[in-house]
Amino acid sequence: MNSEETTVAGQLSPEQRRIGVYVCHCGGNISDYVDVQRVVDAIKDEPGVIVARDTIFACADATQENMEEDIHQYGLDGLVVASCSPKLHTVTFRGVAKRAGINPYQYTQVNIREQDSWTHGDNPEGATHKAISLVKAGIARTRLTTPLEPLVVETTQKALVVGGGITGLRAAIGLADVGLEVFLVEKEQELGGWVGRFGTMYPHDRRGSELIAGLVGEVRRRSSITVFTNAELMAKSGSFGNYVAAIRVNSDLPELIHVEVGSIVVATGFDTYQPEAGEYGYGIDGVVTLPEFKALIDASSGPLVHHGRPVKTIAYIYCVGSRQPGANEYCSRYCCAATAHAALQVSGLDRGVHQYHLYRDIRTYGKYELMYTDSRKNGSVYMKFPEDTPPSVARTDGGQLTVTTHDTLTGGEELTIPADLVVLVTGMVPRKNEELMGLLKLPVGTDGFFNEIHPKLRPVETVVDGVLIAGACQGPKNSTESVAAGLAAVTQSAAILKKGFAELDPQVAEVNAAACTWCEKCIDACPYSAIEKAEVAGRTVAAISPSTCKGCGGCVPVCPEDAIDLRGYTDAQIRAVIDTMLEEPVA
Amino acid sequence: MSAVAAAEVHEKHTGSVPRILVFSTNNISDPGIDLAGSQHMHYSPGVEVISLPCTSGIKPSWIAHAIDQGFDGVFIASDGDECAYLPDCAKRAARIVSEAQAQLTELGHDPQRVKMAAICSVCAEPFTRQVQQFSATLAALQAAGAK
Repeated sequence: MNSEETTVAGQLSPEQRRIGVYVCHCGGNISDYVDVQRVVDAIKDEPGVIVARDTIFACADATQENMEEDIHQYGLDGLVVASCSPKLHTVTFRGVAKRAGINPYQYTQVNIREQDSWTHGDNPEGATHKAISLVKAGIARTRLTTPLEPLVVETTQKALVVGGGITGLRAAIGLADVGLEVFLVEKEQELGGWVGRFGTMYPHDRRGSELIAGLVGEVRRRSSITVFTNAELMAKSGSFGNYVAAIRVNSDLPELIHVEVGSIVVATGFDTYQPEAGEYGYGIDGVVTLPEFKALIDASSGPLVHHGRPVKTIAYIYCVGSRQPGANEYCSRYCCAATAHAALQVSGLDRGVHQYHLYRDIRTYGKYELMYTDSRKNGSVYMKFPEDTPPSVARTDGGQLTVTTHDTLTGGEELTIPADLVVLVTGMVPRKNEELMGLLKLPVGTDGFFNEIHPKLRPVETVVDGVLIAGACQGPKNSTESVAAGLAAVTQSAAILKKGFAELDPQVAEVNAAACTWCEKCIDACPYSAIEKAEVAGRTVAAISPSTCKGCGGCVPVCPEDAIDLRGYTDAQIRAVIDTMLEEPVA
Repeated sequence: MSAVAAAEVHEKHTGSVPRILVFSTNNISDPGIDLAGSQHMHYSPGVEVISLPCTSGIKPSWIAHAIDQGFDGVFIASDGDECAYLPDCAKRAARIVSEAQAQLTELGHDPQRVKMAAICSVCAEPFTRQVQQFSATLAALQAAGAK
């Protein structure tokens, strides 16, 4: 192909491109280590480069305006900005491109700060060579970009909340208050979930049942919320922005209720760890789990009595079912604080109770540390046991319940504590919900909880557009954190639905029909059912639905004919980047 | 002498550092690599990164091509078990590496030139350590005259 030819009808060949390149000093964050002027000089004659400039701050408003002027003045059709991480300013510079009339997907961000100047401050020459290599590679990639248009879908201004616990209730109220119609589906007869059954909770010493009653009252006051109890989500059809959810109310009734929704908030909560018989003495009379103990406290108005016997000595064993190699390896986070709070409640009921806390590590993070301190002030004794020598629980021939432990902080001394009650501090485990996982195609982590895209950057979004997760279904969370996640899901839903339309990332997989031989390997590689059989020019080939494809590229390497490309990460682009990087020597 | 120190000695004598191409992922390992930079951790400037949406989208032929064209090694900073797209991402990535190693063997390259480790979004120190160690391994391969 010569430079006069075009790659696709109406599109310029790579050599005909008109690209603007901007290399940022980032104050001195980059230019203290990278010779920015040398980088500009090295790349200004690369094929397709029309404008090459250095800039003190590429992200400054004035610089963005200058870029827009260059785009207009020189008729640029591609943009490369070499500055910080794409996580920070991809949206910023896509905006510059869009405002000046360039397709936003013909802009490339090159990271010469986090992945160059900041990590090679000990080698400025090496950092400069690397910057030249990276910027040239970015230009090579940009030469091969094609305009991509996001798929615009109209969105239904209604949301479905699955789960009527504290997270789901708060999310439903929030969704209604931003003007969305809400359908709330709860599997049980009553709303409220775990919290609805709790008595006094930390940190504000309010009863869980009262909190739930307040939220249920708020839900009832909003006519835009429809509540289905004793109900389950049975099917989901449609696509992002316009899902149709089929709900079964009362398992005896065959009819399904169909509702159209734009987003789905999953707030299905957790289960508690149930020890095996014999695990830390579980099954012996007087050995109870933390939820069982909380129920005993909540039912008591004076000194504790268990099975007719007064409780004067309590031994708590922490991390039962949590942080276990080969089993639940995660920390359940809430249980240390919940136990310190329970100990304070016990002290409030009967100051004469002796309380021994046998722990691996205490994780009463943040302000919950104050409860730990208060419990110690109230007489609780904390003893750290070695990870490889956990406490053992037995009932002696004389009928006395005992806990034997080794106290790390007194040199591993073995201690036997006679106790009236042993509390196994059990944590959260994922709720078994295979049907829901299957029908919503929710990604699940190795711990069994639902996986968000990123715990910090996109904490309630899943890779399934419009399906959000919130609360303890994502992993152990206390009620405060769960409600915060529920409200994040409200905000995200509002962002998706309130405009009435949403844009889907166009960087999805596409099939070269001419090369496809319909071997079906890509079908097996896609868990999202985004690939279907199609007839093109009398041949059976694979076709990818842009609105269903998640853009992971998992189908790309399984194609034996190399017939699948991921837009924005095409085979030609990746090979061009690799080849161009190698043109510049390292130092 | 540690492997990392051996790599430094190699660099001093040969004047070159092993060139490593890293495949990272946009949401998981690339933020971890960024964090290494934010914390001003040091690794060789011979390390360059291409970020993709998901480890399972890497073509084995890209790995073989990179090494055949001149990279001394390819390090896959994988999503591991944290992949938000594919629950079996780690298994798929293992298959991709195996296939790439087979292609490298066919091309006459040492399959040790490909390495994979799960790098999370806060794995700044593990990433730095991994590429330093890999750099040392590649320097040793180079010193031993391996292709």
